[in-house]
Amino acid sequence: MAPATESPAALLEMRGIEKSYPGVRALDGVDLTVREGEVAALVGENGAGKSTLIKILAGAQHMDRGEIRLGGAPVRVDSPSDAMELGIRVIYQEFNLVPQLTVMENIFLGREPTKAGLVDFRRMEAECAGLLDRVGAEARPRDLVGRLSVAQQQLVEIAKALSQDARILVLDEPSATLTERELDRLFGLIRDLRDHGVGMIYISHRLEEIFEIADTVTVLRDGAHVITAPTSSLTREDIIRHMVGRELKDHIPSTTAHTAGEALRVEGLTRRGHFHDVNFVVREGEIVALAGLVGSGRTEVARAIFGADPVDAGRILVSGQEARIASPRDSISHGIGLATEDRKSQGLVLGLGVSANVTLADLRAISRRGLLSRTLESRAADEYIDQLKIRTPSRAQLVRLLSGGNQQKVVLAKWLFTDSKVLILDEPTRGIDVGTKTEIYSLMNDLCDRGKAILMISSELPEILGVAHRIYVMREGALVGELAREDATQERIMDLATGGSNG
Amino acid sequence: MSPVPPANTEATSPEERSVAALRRKEALSRFALAGTLVFLCALFALTTHNHVFMKSTNLINVASQSAINTIIAVGMTFVIVTGGIDLSVGSIVGLAAVFSTGVMVGGLGFTIGQYRVDLLPQLPGVGGVLIGLGAGLTVGALAGLFNAMSIVRFRVTPFIATLAMMLIARGAGHLYSVEPIRGVPPAFIWIGQGRWLGIPIPVYLALTVVVIGWAVLSKTPFGRRVYAVGGNEEAARLSGIPVGRTKLLVYVASGLCAATAGTVLAAQLQAGDPKLGNAYELDAIAAAVLGGTSLMGGRGTILGTVLGALIIGVLDNGLTMLHVSSFAQMVIKGLVILGAVILDQARQRP
Repeated sequence: MAPATESPAALLEMRGIEKSYPGVRALDGVDLTVREGEVAALVGENGAGKSTLIKILAGAQHMDRGEIRLGGAPVRVDSPSDAMELGIRVIYQEFNLVPQLTVMENIFLGREPTKAGLVDFRRMEAECAGLLDRVGAEARPRDLVGRLSVAQQQLVEIAKALSQDARILVLDEPSATLTERELDRLFGLIRDLRDHGVGMIYISHRLEEIFEIADTVTVLRDGAHVITAPTSSLTREDIIRHMVGRELKDHIPSTTAHTAGEALRVEGLTRRGHFHDVNFVVREGEIVALAGLVGSGRTEVARAIFGADPVDAGRILVSGQEARIASPRDSISHGIGLATEDRKSQGLVLGLGVSANVTLADLRAISRRGLLSRTLESRAADEYIDQLKIRTPSRAQLVRLLSGGNQQKVVLAKWLFTDSKVLILDEPTRGIDVGTKTEIYSLMNDLCDRGKAILMISSELPEILGVAHRIYVMREGALVGELAREDATQERIMDLATGGSNG
Repeated sequence: MSPVPPANTEATSPEERSVAALRRKEALSRFALAGTLVFLCALFALTTHNHVFMKSTNLINVASQSAINTIIAVGMTFVIVTGGIDLSVGSIVGLAAVFSTGVMVGGLGFTIGQYRVDLLPQLPGVGGVLIGLGAGLTVGALAGLFNAMSIVRFRVTPFIATLAMMLIARGAGHLYSVEPIRGVPPAFIWIGQGRWLGIPIPVYLALTVVVIGWAVLSKTPFGRRVYAVGGNEEAARLSGIPVGRTKLLVYVASGLCAATAGTVLAAQLQAGDPKLGNAYELDAIAAAVLGGTSLMGGRGTILGTVLGALIIGVLDNGLTMLHVSSFAQMVIKGLVILGAVILDQARQRP
């Protein structure tokens, strides 16, 4: 499986790493090797296990089984401070910097040089200047971190890592917020560090970057190790194939579109800094998927249509009529419902019962003469508990105590209760067990048969291919392609989403 | 307790068992609250001289003394359930007390040069009392509205917004009149000191506020929105709930409750003193929290708050009867509140 790593220069070896969360096998025997002066790329779809692997390396998570060797010797990484002592440094997408402090205070946070018990600012500044120089940062030691650009903050993070004698540097999606020029400079720095013997793990969705900077590529899929190979021996298509290489799961029911009238039309929808000039149509009785990488603007588009976030330009038409949507209240009155990606923080009131959550978006329907009617509320709740097979001991059960799948059903029930014509489902099956997933797919099909229009956002390609009638692909805030179900393959979607041939 | 219905359930999963356990805890805590009240009453009945605590005159006294705090605490419960806090209620008590009595006694108006402009006339008898009460309640509602505007419109945190109002209302009351306003009409005094069927009028008023508060919080769509906003503001917003309007109404309600309490208190004391209500916000918050209202929002009941207010009232009364010094009383009350909250949090843990 893994390539031979007997080479004496193997700096970091992670062997047979296993990690399970309740109900999920996050990592199932993953290997990763980084040699001195090598950039190892780690790629995989969302949920493939990259973050979990890195968290284990950083001491933020504990592995169930497996071994980590550093310079040939087995080591224990039980806490972030262990990792730091071993010279393992992770630069996350969200920086660990204190914006209110200066660059030098951040770099020497918790280990300030002192003289006679007081912080020796002069020495701190001098050392800091040297570090900033080494990483090629324009920031100066006394600048406030909060005032720096993202690129400069990233360099400060790297400088901080170097000041702590990093031997292994993990860069988690470092390019996500950088401009072309900034990225070039980052690559220059990475090459420089490589020449100085630092081992690096580079995580990115952008395959072109991997071909530019990485020496080896390790592909993870569904928590399993797929392949590790020198970058030069792989093509872009190879990597995509390894990433998505699942067979279409046969548990996904498929259906034909019963398309009639236009349910939702979006014209020139723009929110500066998030997405621009988005145009698409969803018809009645149709399931349309919005595909794309995380951060491509899918969720932002959904939230904008629903009125959860403001837009700068564009029109939304519901059933051919222009809908003025300034708030979720407006969109609900136009028959739109949104099941958010994060149901616990945005979809449900966890401290209320099933019936209260199901009826929350239309309290008028369960009121008589200004008072809530327990009878109407119970009837509504029972109807949907029955229809969606929500497994709950009672309708009064606090939603907090339901499983993820059943919580998602409660969210769906809420929008069915408001009789939405257009349902926007953001990652409708995330964190849901396989059995319940299938139920949710069949439910979507039922709804579709009943003439509802469904716009689904999903990062799971088999799910998109199995459920959607049409697929729009987004990249960097723009719609970059439309695929009919017949023409769509995982490779084509990935290609569009990562900016391949068509980009 | 309720068994698991047959539909949609296979075996008893650990999840379901934990649910049953949680229900038991839930019932237990409600019981514990009532039990604490009974226990304290029994304790004081046994320890006070000649069991004077349990004499009906004293029990009526307890109810009467708890009435003011109960009225304020009902409004406070609404605010806390939305996840907010209202520190200004004590000051609103003083402001409403002095303003309502002031209008009753002297009407409302101002003079420009030699001309007197009357906004509200000074009427004799019941008419004047009603105008005064109306003025007092209006000023309380306005103070609540002001709080709500700071919180909803300018996104000031409730703690700070109502802290500011605490100063503003207290200062305004003293600006209106430094001295207590006396010579209030007998019809007004009746509100504070009158009795019907042997029970003081303030007790009936508190009962009315409690019934209205209970009905609104547990029986109306508005009450449901209050829970939703406090339980998860973002989910509430994404469910089309008018979050801003809901918050606005709870602060106005809290201001109204505080102003009601202020006028009743002025009537009891036969004078509108701008110093009234000092630190009353603390007793109201304590009553709500003792009653199981979560300061994180989303959880709390009027019934619980009433029990909380009664526990505080019984403690105050009983300890005074036992000649416990007022400082020792403060220590005991503080410890009781702390203990109740620690127990409540233990219950919340899954």
